[in-house]
Amino acid sequence: MSLDLLEAAAGMARAAGPADTVGGRPAKYVAAPGRPEQLAALLARCAAEGLTVVPRGDGSKLDWGTPPSTVDVLVDTARLAGVLEHPEGDLVVTVGAGTPLRALQAVLSRTGERLALDPPSEEATVGGVLATGEAGPLAHTYGFPRDLLIGVQFARADGVLASSGGKVVKNVAGYDLGKLLCGSYGTLGVVTSATFRLHPLPVARAWLTRPVHRPDQVVEMVEALAASPLTPAAVEVDLPPGNGRPVPRQRGGNEPAGPAMLAVLFEGSALGVPARCHAAAELLGAESDQPSIVDEPPPWWGRYPFGAADVGLRLSVPPAELAATVALLREAAGVPVPVRGSVGLGVLHAALPGDLPVPRLAEILATVREGLAGRDGWCVVLCAPAPARAELDLWGPAPGLALMHRVKEQFDPRRLLSPGRFVGGI
Amino acid sequence: MTLDVLARRLRRDLGDGAVITDPATRRTYECDGLTAYRSMPGLVVLPEDAEGVQATVRACRDARVPFVARGSGTGLSAGALPEADGVLIVTARMRRILDVDLPNRRAVVEPGVINLEVSRAVGPAGWYYAPDPSSQQICSIGGNVAENSGGAHCVKYGFTVHHVTGLEVCTADGELVRLGAGRAAQAPGYDLTGVFIGSEGTLGIATKIWVRLSRSPQAVCTILAAFASVEQAGAAVSAIVAAGLRPAAAEIMDALAIGAAEAAVSCGYPPGAGAVLIVELDGPEVEVEAETAAVTALCGEAFEIRTATDPQRRAAIWRGRKSAFAAVGRISRDYIVQDGVIPRTALAEVLREIERLASAAGIRVANVFHAGDGNLHPLVLYDGTEPGALGRAEQVSGAILDLCVSRGGSITGEHGVGVDKAAKLPLMFGPDDLATMRLLRDAFDPDGRANPGKVFPTPRRCAERGGGVPAPGRAAVPTARTGDGDGESA
Repeated sequence: MSLDLLEAAAGMARAAGPADTVGGRPAKYVAAPGRPEQLAALLARCAAEGLTVVPRGDGSKLDWGTPPSTVDVLVDTARLAGVLEHPEGDLVVTVGAGTPLRALQAVLSRTGERLALDPPSEEATVGGVLATGEAGPLAHTYGFPRDLLIGVQFARADGVLASSGGKVVKNVAGYDLGKLLCGSYGTLGVVTSATFRLHPLPVARAWLTRPVHRPDQVVEMVEALAASPLTPAAVEVDLPPGNGRPVPRQRGGNEPAGPAMLAVLFEGSALGVPARCHAAAELLGAESDQPSIVDEPPPWWGRYPFGAADVGLRLSVPPAELAATVALLREAAGVPVPVRGSVGLGVLHAALPGDLPVPRLAEILATVREGLAGRDGWCVVLCAPAPARAELDLWGPAPGLALMHRVKEQFDPRRLLSPGRFVGGI
Repeated sequence: MTLDVLARRLRRDLGDGAVITDPATRRTYECDGLTAYRSMPGLVVLPEDAEGVQATVRACRDARVPFVARGSGTGLSAGALPEADGVLIVTARMRRILDVDLPNRRAVVEPGVINLEVSRAVGPAGWYYAPDPSSQQICSIGGNVAENSGGAHCVKYGFTVHHVTGLEVCTADGELVRLGAGRAAQAPGYDLTGVFIGSEGTLGIATKIWVRLSRSPQAVCTILAAFASVEQAGAAVSAIVAAGLRPAAAEIMDALAIGAAEAAVSCGYPPGAGAVLIVELDGPEVEVEAETAAVTALCGEAFEIRTATDPQRRAAIWRGRKSAFAAVGRISRDYIVQDGVIPRTALAEVLREIERLASAAGIRVANVFHAGDGNLHPLVLYDGTEPGALGRAEQVSGAILDLCVSRGGSITGEHGVGVDKAAKLPLMFGPDDLATMRLLRDAFDPDGRANPGKVFPTPRRCAERGGGVPAPGRAAVPTARTGDGDGESA
């Protein structure tokens, strides 16, 4: 297999450098197709040669998931970038997969629109956000990438370009394969472009923050908010480890952890937002813990509580079981564990110390997963230092795994796309 | 003979009362809401629970016969058209709400549960189930899952796929499989719940459904604005969207549709209107007040505006709109209900083109549409007793879909593809796209036993034409049509 052939297909290719790794696995080649047809030709060439392929956007989450068994070709989506269609007034946009989300939002803001996705990895590309299904606080109201994606074009493992969905929000024609691609970690296809439903930028935003003392108190407040007519746009909590241990902020470096805090975002009209904030303050306030209403989010808002040296966990549980879950995790870990997340949805992120021995980490995971089993609760490891990443069962159980294997078998029977990166060794 | 053996096995497993072999009774299941397509099922089975569905599907697997699932039979694309040599699995007896979990904002229901029953069960506590197809008084949640049903309010709140967080499904090989997060928001792995919803029964049968419950809004305001023309009404919707407002519903009826509604239910809309726009705003009271003022101001071209916040007066505004499909029967002997989608900003142009198509064919078209999301429901009127009328109506109806696709839209916004539009699917998707979709089908149902002949274009089978249709044809709808459908939300 020569580099020339890859270059002829993709239009741009090179031998991989030391930084071109996926979860510690070195790639052999890096190819950067500039058009969907080039991506298709590249994948067809790889299929012909039996080469494994992992797509890469900005690389912000490339080390998430189990390290792939091999990476022959890293497909860099950087040249599949740009806003392809943004018709005025239709509240939809079609963008190339390699487009940085931040750049897309900047374009949209000029016309008073936004893609209602605020994932913590701010440098991420559209394709990376789709592949990992990453969302931030706004998921409380607008859902996950799968809820906003209305059309998608992607290249299959055999180099065939396929589309599903369309460019209108309401559309039930054909199977919605975009759902399948969201959160599939590059195991079913490589997205070339995506069409999203957009929303208007809110006129006003404000955050209500309030110290909290116990996880069960958070559950009570979340239920009170949910039962109220106040319709918060997002409800987040930060539960630092409580020992003054610094918590990575992802952007501002490590800072000392503050007190445990609930933060609620309200979006709406200039008059409505303050009124709803005050009503929420009344609902959630106590004599000793007066809420503050601020027009900037707290520093931890929309950031993961883990850094590169930590084992980053995502726990997804029924919202009412938040307190029990935090207790389960902290008890299993036996060390202070920072927890943060979208409590209205029951999606939490947590950090385990990355320097714990791997068998100990495995034990913690097993205890937590056992505690969540049968309760609609899941715990996955998003990222971990190299030794743990290679040895731990990062994914744990997944509902419908046998069917997932059958889907993979149909879309990529030779296991050329991100092999081994996903649940159940998919 | 195979079906006789199958019937005996299922009588033994599910009891005599669950198995219908009598031809006269079977005939009552020969079509769904789109009565132009008829095919008497070889056998009808009414299971009581998931295990009953599983037993039936396993029996079908062993006998190598196809099966079709049917909820309330209100679908409008012949998505529940039975197989003459197969089994129709009717979920109408699976009507239990198995769990209501308010702290986690979820309910678990069986597929035969009527859409509105969920909201009735949790309404007193201040909650509701958001997807509200207009047939919600009779359509089933299982049917909604199959069709990814919307509703008048989906412009703000989304479709079934946004409100179902988990499923138990019976696959074509008779396995009961849990999919999705259930009471949680996210589960590891592929989003099989997401692709199953809207797959029109071709990936299996949902036997349990986890639905998200939403908080009933504090305030709701319904605004009726009467305009001289549809263009003006459409421009008002554009202005509302451009202003960053998020109506919970935005519906337009043209003069012909208004006339039909007046004749049927005397809805008392402002006389002389070329179009009425109904906008609904909901949410916190303070926001609804601000939005109501803004919407009213943006309807500056309207010659009359009414607003209503109390349930009775709101219902009075909605009455004409909700009756529109059935009401068309007052002004036309027969009609075809079409369902197409366009980018909302192409509305005025597309309506002019529909008008041109209609007059060229000497046919009347009444327009009722979800203006907020560009989902058109042109009602193509004709008289089936007049020679050639059906053909002309079908031609106009088909041309409208072509028009939608040519403007970047879709051949169906909510009624589904079913049998009716399977031949139209290639307008939107090329052979590679369809072949890729079939990969999913093959993963779930390699033998193609679940609801065969739906969604994907196949050579037409003779069983699909039949009784009640005045001429060989496709989408003719007799006058008895009520406009209700599992996948329909007009």
